[in-house]
Amino acid sequence: MSEETAAASKSFFSPFNVVAGIIVIIGLILTGLRFTGGLAAVTNLSDYNPWGIWIGFDLLVGVALAAGGFVTSAAVYLFGMKRYHSAVRPAILTAFLGYALVVLALHYDVGRPWRLPYPFIIQQGTTSVLFEVAACVALYLTVLFLEFSPAALEWLGINKLRNLITRLTLVLTIFGVILSTLHQSSLGALFLIAPSKLHPLWYSSYLPIFFFVTSVIAGLSMVIFESTLSHRYFADKMDEDHLKEKDQIALGFGKAASWVLAGYFAIKVVGISAGNHWHLLSTSYGLWFLVELIGFVALPCFFYAVGVRDKNLTVIRWTAVWTVLGIIINRFNICLVAFNYHLPADERYFPHWMEIGISIFLVTLGLIAFKFIATRMPIFYQHPDYEDTH
Amino acid sequence: MKGVFYTLQEFMTYTEGVTYILIVAILLGMLGFWNFLVERDED
Repeated sequence: MSEETAAASKSFFSPFNVVAGIIVIIGLILTGLRFTGGLAAVTNLSDYNPWGIWIGFDLLVGVALAAGGFVTSAAVYLFGMKRYHSAVRPAILTAFLGYALVVLALHYDVGRPWRLPYPFIIQQGTTSVLFEVAACVALYLTVLFLEFSPAALEWLGINKLRNLITRLTLVLTIFGVILSTLHQSSLGALFLIAPSKLHPLWYSSYLPIFFFVTSVIAGLSMVIFESTLSHRYFADKMDEDHLKEKDQIALGFGKAASWVLAGYFAIKVVGISAGNHWHLLSTSYGLWFLVELIGFVALPCFFYAVGVRDKNLTVIRWTAVWTVLGIIINRFNICLVAFNYHLPADERYFPHWMEIGISIFLVTLGLIAFKFIATRMPIFYQHPDYEDTH
Repeated sequence: MKGVFYTLQEFMTYTEGVTYILIVAILLGMLGFWNFLVERDED
């Protein structure tokens, strides 16, 4: 074997590729089981618990963490914060892959996935919140595809189409913000239909607002988190602007996240007061609610602020990880822990290992796609033919 | 007697009253927190 072939073979069998390859093989087997044996073959879902982690994690968490796309593009193109421009393409790519995987995950979760287009072409069901969510997610995925496409078109050298889509940037950004506002809040509104099933501490008529505000927090934190990982693993792909702006992005987004977290903490407390649920805080569910509210809202709010004041990027980056974890816990609490809280323990839902396996498989697909695109297309640098034309 | 509401009006008067006081406190707290967040911006 020549030295070149040995080097290529070594780079192909990197730890990431080997682990991802194993997960993909297992994921494909589980996919086969899901689509040949049905939901009962691979899940613990039941009539009491029709929504498991494929909705709680893949959909609710996936959509929230993909909010970095609209948050970043709105900051740069609508609010004129050009100093964060280098964060736009990575954020749009993360959001596009996130939404694509949400739609893919839905194919696993719904009983008859081939009927997913029915709301648009057979029966509209316009009085359903789910119709609104479906319409917004479908439209926003299209918007994200268009927002992401200039990078792919630059890579492919298709200039005319790339220039045409680039001219639509402002319209696409406005459209993206409107659609995100609608469906991020509607995902919370889904739970308004089940006031008796969701624990009173988590149930609130303000749930749509809570979901939208937390999506902004998730988006800001996810951009910091993604930027930290990218600078670690793709630093060689980055141009000077990216390397120069990374600290500014962490400080600016950290400050915004701290402020939004403070607002979220405030409206959550108002939510307890409006429902007069103070007495529930001393119950076991109440203690878990306080862990979420103080540990994953108030604490990150404070640490972001300390990080911004001291210009301590390490604190800001770890706080971003902590906040992302908090968003996952929040969605799990609403969808799984506090949902059906009145059922006896043996009727409660706990995911089957194959459900967890499919979720890990989908996240891995996202990581592989991100790596494939980021190493080939101009995501972390400006294409030499299109410098300063964004 | 304490903490028991016999009518919706009693409940609303109590919860709205507490919530309004809380909101004023929160607005003042947010002002303080904003100062804490930005006071070193010029450094």
